[in-house]
Amino acid sequence: MMDFEKTLARHQLDLKATAVETLQVNVGKLCNQACKHCHVDAGPKRTEMMTRDGIERCLEILRAYPAIRNLDITGGAPELNEQFEYFVEQASLLDKHVIVRHNFTVTLDPHPLTGRSMESLPLFFRDHAVELISSLPYFQERETDAQRGQGVFEKSIESMRRLNEVGYGRNGTGLLLNLVYNPVGAFLPPEQSAIELQFKDELRKRYNLVFDSLFVITNMPINRFRHFLERADLYETYMQKLINAFNPTAAEGVMCRTLISVGYDGILYDCDFNQMLEMGVSDGLPSTIWDFDFKQLATRDIVFGSHCFGCTAGAGSSCGGTTVK
Amino acid sequence: MASYYESKDLAKFAEIGKNRPELWDKFIAWYSEATATEGALTKREKSLIGLAVAHTVQCPYCIDAYTNQCLETGANLDQMTEALHVTAAVRGGASLAHGVQCRNIVEKLSM
Repeated sequence: MMDFEKTLARHQLDLKATAVETLQVNVGKLCNQACKHCHVDAGPKRTEMMTRDGIERCLEILRAYPAIRNLDITGGAPELNEQFEYFVEQASLLDKHVIVRHNFTVTLDPHPLTGRSMESLPLFFRDHAVELISSLPYFQERETDAQRGQGVFEKSIESMRRLNEVGYGRNGTGLLLNLVYNPVGAFLPPEQSAIELQFKDELRKRYNLVFDSLFVITNMPINRFRHFLERADLYETYMQKLINAFNPTAAEGVMCRTLISVGYDGILYDCDFNQMLEMGVSDGLPSTIWDFDFKQLATRDIVFGSHCFGCTAGAGSSCGGTTVK
Repeated sequence: MASYYESKDLAKFAEIGKNRPELWDKFIAWYSEATATEGALTKREKSLIGLAVAHTVQCPYCIDAYTNQCLETGANLDQMTEALHVTAAVRGGASLAHGVQCRNIVEKLSM
């Protein structure tokens, strides 16, 4: 029932990588939040952190391969890695499109380890034209705080206001602020353009806030969200929902086909979800950033699992939203 | 103790089509078009209407299905609760409106 590869075979789909356009680097699992759906299991007590050596090696890879257009920095809260600003600065000098998975509240909370203020982040992002992708599960406090913690909604609104002030989300500035919607529970996300309209209308009306696009991302049955499903005796029901919603067109657009994921320790994965499940790239492939081989990785076989039904349900799900265009 | 309703039976709805499949096919095509598409009303608005009707007819299968559909179209509990109040108000109002009949009869029979 849950065999993803058999499902692909039934639909005559042979999903290999087609390129490496994005290097997605997880720079550490330290986060100022501990969201209930987090597949990384990130939080203020995590210690895993990419070193300067790892960052330098990632920059070497980016320098060597112009075809890797995008650097997508994730975590935890990637800004909490002391090498974060260096990483962004250097990648910008290489003319890469830099994306940061920014949780909004990291700007307002002091660094959980050093206590330093992070309030300069909006200007830093602006100065390096970073694309921000930030989670806001709903335009109301109840739903947002239920998923992301008490007080997160209020801080997110304030943080978004500061980003709007420096030009993010505003027409003509080129400073992209994209929001991410994750369902606050064991159900599939709504149609992306419909919920985007609702968010734009409500955030403008209620708070005079603007943003560029909304991405809907399906909750993956990994780590904290899986524990939630199991505690609520919903795991089987939720997996069945994902399986029933399998969409071969969505499957063809899965992000692992054009992205390679790098762990904080330099180990390579097909995606961030495989990373958290500790499922490295296929046997025989270069397995770390230190033996990175672009040609092999750009045409590689992908390691699939039952969690992949999360990315292929309905209109599909990826770090950039739906995969059916 | 066994219940008349089992939530897992909702998944068996399509089994109705095992007999007279041509009637089921006509029903489900119309049903899907009517309740789960974007039109002059959004899919979310239709989901909220479906939720209201589900509570009017008090069908546990429909309540399950439309609660899920409301969540999956981005509706929140405030919106869904307002829909339930519309349900209750119209149902209650329908009873009260028939009080006009009662009053007409009292007027006719009374001196």
